[in-house]
Amino acid sequence: MKKITAGVIAAGLLSVAVAGETINGAGATFPFPVYAAWAYKYYKETGIKLNYQSIGSGGGVRQIKNRTVDFGASDAPLPPEKLKEYKLYQFPAIIGGVVPVVNIPGVKSGKLKLDSKAVCYIYLGKIKYWDNEYLKKINPEINLPHKEIQVVHRADGSGTTAIFTTYLSGACPEWKEKVGSGKAVKWPVGIGGKGNEGVANYVKRLKYSIGYVEFAYAKQNRLTHTLLKNPAGNFVEPSIETFKAAGATANFDPKKDFYLWMVNAPGKKAWPIAGASFILEAQEKTEVNKKVNRFFKWAFEKGDKIAERLDYVPLPDELKQKIYQYWKEKGIHP
Amino acid sequence: MNKVKKLPLKDIFFGIISFSASFLVLTLIFSVIVVLYKESSLAIHKFGIINFIFTEEWDPVKQVFGAAAPLFGTVVITILSLTLAVPVALGIAIFLSEVSPHILKTPVGIAIEMLAAIPSIIYGMWGLFTLAPIMSEYIEPAIQKTLGQIPLIGKLFEGTPQGIDLFTASVVLSIMIIPFIASISRDSLNLTPDLMKESAYALGATKWDVIKDVMIPYAKLGIYGGIVLALGRALGETMAVAFVLGNRHEITTSLFDAAATITVTLANEFTEADSDIYLSSLFYLALILFVLSFIILAVAKLFLLKVERGYSR
Repeated sequence: MKKITAGVIAAGLLSVAVAGETINGAGATFPFPVYAAWAYKYYKETGIKLNYQSIGSGGGVRQIKNRTVDFGASDAPLPPEKLKEYKLYQFPAIIGGVVPVVNIPGVKSGKLKLDSKAVCYIYLGKIKYWDNEYLKKINPEINLPHKEIQVVHRADGSGTTAIFTTYLSGACPEWKEKVGSGKAVKWPVGIGGKGNEGVANYVKRLKYSIGYVEFAYAKQNRLTHTLLKNPAGNFVEPSIETFKAAGATANFDPKKDFYLWMVNAPGKKAWPIAGASFILEAQEKTEVNKKVNRFFKWAFEKGDKIAERLDYVPLPDELKQKIYQYWKEKGIHP
Repeated sequence: MNKVKKLPLKDIFFGIISFSASFLVLTLIFSVIVVLYKESSLAIHKFGIINFIFTEEWDPVKQVFGAAAPLFGTVVITILSLTLAVPVALGIAIFLSEVSPHILKTPVGIAIEMLAAIPSIIYGMWGLFTLAPIMSEYIEPAIQKTLGQIPLIGKLFEGTPQGIDLFTASVVLSIMIIPFIASISRDSLNLTPDLMKESAYALGATKWDVIKDVMIPYAKLGIYGGIVLALGRALGETMAVAFVLGNRHEITTSLFDAAATITVTLANEFTEADSDIYLSSLFYLALILFVLSFIILAVAKLFLLKVERGYSR
């Protein structure tokens, strides 16, 4: 099977080599729209094509591990030990976030306030009804109904779930102990929808439900989002600004190959459930990496507007500089 | 003369082609088993066979996997959907072959066959957007008020009706398999010789007598065949079920709870299964489904053979 796949890809590469230069990448589905938009613009400017297959973060890691693509993409950062083992470089490319969405008749978008304890207890099944004392205490101005909370989560493994469960693990010790974090976990309660659209549909369909989706998806589909209390103690609205605030205060360390979960960022206005999507490159392929990095450098310099238009959050300038520095150290700066 | 000489060559050639075509099927099945076994060997070694089948836990974080919940979901949905589909499908088949006025036969027959041609993902979307709301607002509360009040049986209908559960999934699936059973049963009912039917009528049998005592016994084999075909389809159905099942790795007592099936679990979790043992466990699930379908179909075939023998006597 692998041989056949490799053969097909090799055949594809050969035919492409005749047609012009191409970069092949595969991985996370979440950043796919923005990579595709960047690739289109980049092709128009330089004539270099970018083939990006959004097969999922797990697939992206597997493909770059087997060296069948020029770069892999993952919503979950790989820890430095893993990178060493697979001989990979890693850097972030774009920022996104996860937003809790609810369906409670009479409650409008941005009205319901939640904190990490509330979200954690709802997803643990400890808070069962919307008129729970704790929820009432943080939402004195809303008349919450005595209805059972219908919990919705992702059924498929996903970076969105990884970010969400890492947020819960970081903010709620009980969650860390009982469930833990990962692309797929053993959910104590609730039903699972496939993809952002599956969760969104269940939440729309089921009254008194709560779910979590990608920020871009929630915004484009005008779902009823909640406010969240961040570690600085403020209730914040999910928006490009609060994600930027999270990105600015998150401390990415090039020495650890930027391994960082951007959850519970300390900034005053920071949205607590944010995350970066990462690019993985094979260490031995210096020339290929330069080609890939030329694309990302172009994207970092000229692609911010495109990203924002698609409701993604560009990396802060300081972080971009760190990435350029990281490239220079590794000898893969374009 | 020339023609006579060429024929054997043609025959040999044709023989080789048809032989290799059928041999290809055997090779394919065998290779599928080999690949499934090879890929799942890691999980087989770690969890064992009995332990894996009876473990309900499915925890990708702690890397503990068991097949009990999806296996349970697969079996329950298959049985329930067959229970719902068989009576309706038989009714359709009998109506079309004996009761229906002639003008209705063709349009209804075509409509039934069209049902089978609808892609399963469309059934899934219809189930989620149309059937699930109807289920959660009208049908499931009504069942809870009636059947749900009976002591033991009531257990089957507990919980908040969400419309995304075992029951809805079974209804969607039963609609999908009705055409298989109905059209095959109709065709075999139609094969009943007119002579036999007319003789029965001549002896004073009513229409019901003829259907019950002449046509159904005659068409029994075909009807069983249709059910077996539907069974195979029900075991393997993925997309339609994935939309309305809720994907929950838990064994429940209530039909109004979310559940998971093997195929749905595979479809959902394959792309992001990043650790080796996780991926291997998914392959293990696939192997179990493969063996399960094989056993069920083999039993059904044996049963058919038995009926056939009894019939020919």
